[in-house]
Amino acid sequence: MSVLVYTENWEGKFKKLSFELLSYASEIAAQSGDQVVALSIGKVGENELNLLGNYGASKVLAVGYDGELDNQVYTSIIAQAVEKEDATIVIMSDNFTGKALAPRVSAKLKAGLVTGAVAVPASFDPFVVKKKAFTGKTFVHVKVNTAKKVISLIGNSVEIKETANAISIEKFGATLPEAKTSVKEVNRLTGRILLTDAEIIVSGGRGMKSADNWAPLEEFAEILGAATACSRPVSDEGWRPHHEHVGQTGKIVAPNLYFALGISGAIQHIAGVSGSKILVAVNKDKDAPVFEVADYGIVGDVQKVLPQFITAAKELKANS
Amino acid sequence: MKILVCISNVPDTTTKIKLVNNNSGYDKTGVQWIINPWDELALTRALLLKEEQGSPITEISVINVGTKDTEPTLRKALAVGADDAIRVDAEAKDAYYVAAQIAEVVKNNGYDIVLCGIESSDYNGSAVGGMLSELLDVPSVSSVSGLFIEDGKVKLNREIDGGTQVLATETPFVAIVQKGIALDPRIPAMRGIMMARKKPLVVLPPADIEALTEYIDYEMPQAKSACKMIDEDNAGDMIRLLHEEAKAI
Ligand SMILES: Cc1cc2nc3c(=O)[nH]c(=O)nc-3n(C[C@H](O)[C@H](O)[C@H](O)COP(=O)(O)OP(=O)(O)OC[C@H]3O[C@@H](n4cnc5c(N)ncnc54)[C@H](O)[C@@H]3O)c2cc1C
Ligand SMILES: Nc1ncnc2c1ncn2[C@@H]1O[C@H](COP(=O)(O)O)[C@@H](O)[C@H]1O
Repeated sequence: MSVLVYTENWEGKFKKLSFELLSYASEIAAQSGDQVVALSIGKVGENELNLLGNYGASKVLAVGYDGELDNQVYTSIIAQAVEKEDATIVIMSDNFTGKALAPRVSAKLKAGLVTGAVAVPASFDPFVVKKKAFTGKTFVHVKVNTAKKVISLIGNSVEIKETANAISIEKFGATLPEAKTSVKEVNRLTGRILLTDAEIIVSGGRGMKSADNWAPLEEFAEILGAATACSRPVSDEGWRPHHEHVGQTGKIVAPNLYFALGISGAIQHIAGVSGSKILVAVNKDKDAPVFEVADYGIVGDVQKVLPQFITAAKELKANS
Repeated sequence: MKILVCISNVPDTTTKIKLVNNNSGYDKTGVQWIINPWDELALTRALLLKEEQGSPITEISVINVGTKDTEPTLRKALAVGADDAIRVDAEAKDAYYVAAQIAEVVKNNGYDIVLCGIESSDYNGSAVGGMLSELLDVPSVSSVSGLFIEDGKVKLNREIDGGTQVLATETPFVAIVQKGIALDPRIPAMRGIMMARKKPLVVLPPADIEALTEYIDYEMPQAKSACKMIDEDNAGDMIRLLHEEAKAI
């Protein structure tokens, strides 16, 4: 039997989340005695496929198909891989792709689904997994009653562990059903650090005062190799693009480091960032709720603080 | 064309969670129950589509799988402008259970477009819409931020990891909607509230379906340690701390 990991790639390279998912699967497999099989869909080179062995996969099923994401077609490929490998657990990311596919795969296989998992199963018999609920305000333990299971994992919840495995790569010629959706146009955010993949995020709120004040924030993000984000009013005002909006009604992110600059810390904003390992707040109001959830804080004016951040970050980068 | 909007009944997003009964549940006293924010926006979009000149949409129904307690939420959806409501009279045991109940209703009533939200704000499942589409064996378009009907054909904007797509799909299909689908939710007006009392709210018995999962208990996140404050005039120290102490840069 096996644990099947649905990996994701971007421009021919595996995303970091793929290695997280494999590390997660390896921990499960170590306890259940199964092997970890990685499913790769898309145009990915042999060297890149071999990398998956470093994170515990003993086999890769490589499907060369690289059609745009049609939920039915991709679900069918995953289900065929499950059958072929006699997989009992399917693991995916809890990103847009995972949200699109995991429930379909679950219903197709009649496999109990846990989305938004944050840890390896607490127990195997019964099978219990901890997941996020109420947008991070609490966690809930979910018991899965079916023999087959599907789990989607929140990014940055587990550490990437290198465990080199001898790996076999198998070209998998899955049968492709006809797609009932047709993509007319694709706009890729190339060359940018994707918000949902970023290790560091620099985010600005209404306290930034106007769209013109974003240059130093962007410069700071650039130096750190960070993605930029904003609060909802900021994207509503059109100061920043909508894809940068984080929170309950925007993107949910869980970076290592989140800078909240001129953000009050409303419950709906924090809902989207509470998974961050470290939260830094800069706010001129010492009573702003953001300080209740921040790890580090500065009571002050962002316009005075940002230039100092930039200077210090430049120094740090120059010395490392 | 008929649209069905799936409505999840959830605590208001500002609700503070307090665990009770040995962490087996949360305190529901004083909780205000609302239409899940995404579903409210989905309904708003459906209404806007129906109001367009020459719109092919003839009927907008809303559905909830829930006990009698959820009826005020369905009434609110009617007050906002839905034509009729369906309640499948059962506790929403898990996402599969809910999706399978809705699938039964869709099979019997033939909707062209089913709208779901990207997630319920309580259990953040992101599951019902996708499961429903699979059970119906129809296309699902997820993370939809725009839904248009042009010459009877459906066009959607969708966000993917790392970009956006414009796509077309066959009907029937399930659209799972997120930010952008509508700007602000429509608020019921007095007239709407009056009319809602006369609109049909059909209660159906549940189909015989088994849930695949169950919630056992809850766990609060670890309390954060106190926020470490740095002086505004020495803001550069923050960066050094994040490097040396937090090892985050
Ligand atoms: C159903 C619902 C969903 C929502 N979803 C989201 C969501 O997904 N994301 C989201 O962000 N919001 C969301 N909101 C809105 C949320 O409630 C807040 O209104 C919003 O987060 C506030 O944004 P802000 O902190 O940028 O602005 P404000 O609340 O206006 O705060 C600005 C802050 O900047 C500080 N400030 C001002 N000037 C300076 C300065 N020069 N230097 C430093 N600090 C300064 C102020 O002290 C203040 O704390 C939602 C609301 C609802 C009802
Ligand atoms: N009990 C329910 N009754 C009707 N629709 C629901 C119910 N639960 C969830 N949904 C729909 O499914 C979407 C996703 O919910 P979930 O999978 O619970 O996160 C919601 O936005 C609703 O559109």
